[in-house]
Amino acid sequence: MAMTMHVDVVSAEELIYSGTAEFLSAPAEKGEVGILPRHAPLLTRIRPGAVRIKVANTDNEEVVLFVSGGLLEVQPHVVTILADTAIRGADIDEAKALDAKRRAEEAIRNRASAMDFALAQAELAEAIAKLGVIDKLKKRAH
Amino acid sequence: MAGGKEIRTKIKSVRNTQKITRAMEMVATSKMRKAQDRMKAARPYGQKIRNVAAHLSKALVEYPHPYLLARENVRRVGLIVVTSDKGLCGGLNTNSLRLAVNRMKGWRDAGVETVVTAIGNKGLGFMSRNGAKVVSSAHGLGDTPHLEQLIGPIKAMVDAYIAGDVDEVHMVYTSFVNTMKQEPVCEQLLPLSGEAFGQPEHGYNWEYLYEPAAKTVIDDLMNRYLEALIYQAVAENMASEQAARMVAMKSATDNAEKVIGNLQLLYNKTRQAAITKELSEIVSGAAAV
Repeated sequence: MAMTMHVDVVSAEELIYSGTAEFLSAPAEKGEVGILPRHAPLLTRIRPGAVRIKVANTDNEEVVLFVSGGLLEVQPHVVTILADTAIRGADIDEAKALDAKRRAEEAIRNRASAMDFALAQAELAEAIAKLGVIDKLKKRAH
Repeated sequence: MAGGKEIRTKIKSVRNTQKITRAMEMVATSKMRKAQDRMKAARPYGQKIRNVAAHLSKALVEYPHPYLLARENVRRVGLIVVTSDKGLCGGLNTNSLRLAVNRMKGWRDAGVETVVTAIGNKGLGFMSRNGAKVVSSAHGLGDTPHLEQLIGPIKAMVDAYIAGDVDEVHMVYTSFVNTMKQEPVCEQLLPLSGEAFGQPEHGYNWEYLYEPAAKTVIDDLMNRYLEALIYQAVAENMASEQAARMVAMKSATDNAEKVIGNLQLLYNKTRQAAITKELSEIVSGAAAV
C-alpha cells in the first residue's frame, strides 16, 4: 500500500475537505508545490488557485478545490491548508479598513432618528414577509 | 352591550400580534440551528491555526511578534463590541452593552481612554448615541457572517494597535452556553497571551521551512488567527441572538395567550350581563302589563 498523509482544508467559515491522500499540489507563494507523504515541515503562503488532492486508496481519484489564498502547513503525515474565504491583498484590506471607518463616521453624523426609523421599517417589512411565507406554507399543508 | 365590540377588536389585535410572535419564534428556531452549525463549522480552523501559532510563538524566540508583547503603559484601549443587527431578542444586546459600558467606566476611572469598533447595528447605534469614540464599524451582516465583511473593521483596530494608538484590544460578545443561556463575555485579544494558545500537540515537528520568509508567514498567520477569533465570536453571537430571540418570542406568544384568555373571560362576562339585563327588562315589562 502506498504511503498516505492526512489532508485538512479548513477556512474560517467551514471545514472544506478532510481525508487521506497520496499526493497534493498547491499554488505556493513562490510557485506550485507538490507534496508527498513524509515531506519536510513547511509553512508557506499560498496564492489564489487550485489545490489538487489525489485521494488515497482509489483509482487515481482527484479532488480539485479552489482556494483564494491562505496558508499551507506541512507535517510529515499531516497537511493543513488554512484557506482564506475572501480574496486578500494589502490594498484590498486597506480599502476595507477605510470603508469601515467611513461607515462609522457616517453613522455618528446621522445619529439616531433617520437610521432607527429606516431600521424599524425594514424590520417590519421583513416580519410581514416572513408571515406571508408561513401563511403560504400553511395553506399548502392543508 | 357596551364594551363587547371593543373587547372583540382587542382580542383580534392581540391574536394578530401573537401570530407574528409565533412566526418569529419559528423563524428564530430554524435559524438558530443553522447558526449553531456555522459556529461549530468555524471551530476546526480556529484550532488548527491556534496550534500552529502556539508553536511558532515558542519556536521563534528571535522574532517576538508585536501581538505577543504586553505594553507596560496602557493609555488607550480598543474595544470591539459585537452585537446583533436587529432587536426583539430579549436582553441580549442590553446585557452585552452593559458589560461594555462597565468596562469602559472602569478604564475611564483608571485614566484610560477607550475607542470602539462596533460590529452589529445595535452596538453601533448605542455607542454613537452615547458619545463613544467609534473608529470603525460593520453592520448588516445578515444571517451568515462573512469574514470578508469583518476584515476591514478589524484591520482598522489592529493598525491602530501596531501604530501604538491603542495599547490593548478587548472584545465583548455574547457567548452561546446553550439554548436557554447566553452570557456576555469580555476577552482580551491583544496582546495575545501565551496561555491562550495552550500546549502544542506532542509528536509534532516544528522545525519549519518558511517560504518566502519566516517573518511574513508569521505576520500572516497572526492576522488570520486574530480574525478567526473575532469571526468565531461573531458566529457565536449570532447563534446567541437567534436563541435569545426564540426564547423571547416564545414568552411573548405565551403572554399573548394569557391576555387573550383574560379578555375572553371579560367578554363573556359582559355578554352575560347584557343578556341578564335584557331578560330582566322583558320580565319586568311583562309583569307591568
